Amino acid sequence: MHNAHAQAASIGGIRAAGDLVARMQMTRGMRLTEAKQYVADKLGVTPFDLSDPVAMTEVRNEHGFGRVHSYAISQPWQANQIEAKFNIARVLDVPINSVERFKERTTPGGGGR
Amino acid sequence: MNEETRLPTRMGDGTFVCLTRSEIRADLVAGSEAATKRAKVPLLGDDEIDHLLEIYASPVRFIGVDVGEEIVLSCDGTGMKTHATRIQDLQSYEQWMGADLLELCVGDYSLKVVRTILAYEAQYMHDAQLCTIAPLQYGVMPNLGLYSKPDGPCDNWNELLPLGKIAEARAAEEEAVEMAVADMVKLADSQREAGADAIDWDTTGASGDPEFLAALRATKIIREKYPDMGVELGMAGEFVLGMHGELEWGGKRLAGLWPKDQLLLAQEAGATMFGPVVNVNTGKSLAWNMARAIALIKPCMDVATIPVHPNAGMGVGGVPMFVHLPSDAVCRAAKSFVELLHVDGL
Repeated sequence: MHNAHAQAASIGGIRAAGDLVARMQMTRGMRLTEAKQYVADKLGVTPFDLSDPVAMTEVRNEHGFGRVHSYAISQPWQANQIEAKFNIARVLDVPINSVERFKERTTPGGGGR
Repeated sequence: MNEETRLPTRMGDGTFVCLTRSEIRADLVAGSEAATKRAKVPLLGDDEIDHLLEIYASPVRFIGVDVGEEIVLSCDGTGMKTHATRIQDLQSYEQWMGADLLELCVGDYSLKVVRTILAYEAQYMHDAQLCTIAPLQYGVMPNLGLYSKPDGPCDNWNELLPLGKIAEARAAEEEAVEMAVADMVKLADSQREAGADAIDWDTTGASGDPEFLAALRATKIIREKYPDMGVELGMAGEFVLGMHGELEWGGKRLAGLWPKDQLLLAQEAGATMFGPVVNVNTGKSLAWNMARAIALIKPCMDVATIPVHPNAGMGVGGVPMFVHLPSDAVCRAAKSFVELLHVDGL
């Protein structure tokens, strides 16, 4: 079911910018048009570009947002997973809970409760 | 004699049926009328019926939205140990299937069950957050029924009601609401500490108006406590059953609410995403079901200030009631919701 919905209508998750738009919906309650425009403005692209894997693979790489693992393009120096979320929080200017908790627990005295 | 071509389409249970274009159109009109009759929503216009007809009378196996019109998929239940560990499932959805957001949950999915394993679930969320990128929520269904005997501590209102013990049944439901709200807030406390991006109340209202009230109350508390944490409120059905009948939110009686009023209360409570549901009638065609779903949810779209993600999974939102869903049916539901309602997601 997921694959049919994804092929028919989805922005495409981290293949493109679906996770970024979803984050603005989920944590900021932004409707689709507003969320797409917000993300596009922060990235310097158009809302149309956000569902294009060709355009967004490059943009994600530039910003260190993490991409789909692929031996063809993945490099160990690229940010991924929690590292990528630090970059997403900074560029989208939105706090990400797991990033905030990570910072809290990796500062002196922060992780020893 | 000219005989109209019969086109393959499906019934609500997923079985194929061959209908003419005229028959499909008649089903679309009847589905819209069925919504109007029950929920007093406006009928779909001729242009909307014609648009749905193009989608449901099309012989192609797969269709999609226009390029650039893509939406967010809320992907409930993506991390529930379908094919590997739960974290590997989340990674699969993120890496292989392009999920826009992820959800950690347990197979039972019931709040009362999760309440007993909060610490384990929080630790799992903590680990999952370290190795995923997409926003990751924790999902449960409030399933208020489990708070009644023999599964829970409260008297069973489903046994009391047939005995005519209305006051006792209502008291039991009110007691269960208090317990569920406390458990929902404890769940959010632990998941917030673990790094969760949001909480998802899925199939809200399955136990009627007391369950919807519990979700609204918990949502308000959580959003005031953690303004950066999202709350998705997804419904169980198109209509809030009046299992209690007198419960209110902000002076509005909960029993009998249809999607638009459900949405208004959800956004008033502070929810960041709303998932309306329209159940599938397995004895009617998908065209009939889709027209009914569009007509019932359409009033939401004009008043929504938060994203609206209609449920479009097994047995809801014009998607057949069958476990292995045919792609031709799923893609038609997705296209219909996007093009007729301009939904924010599914």
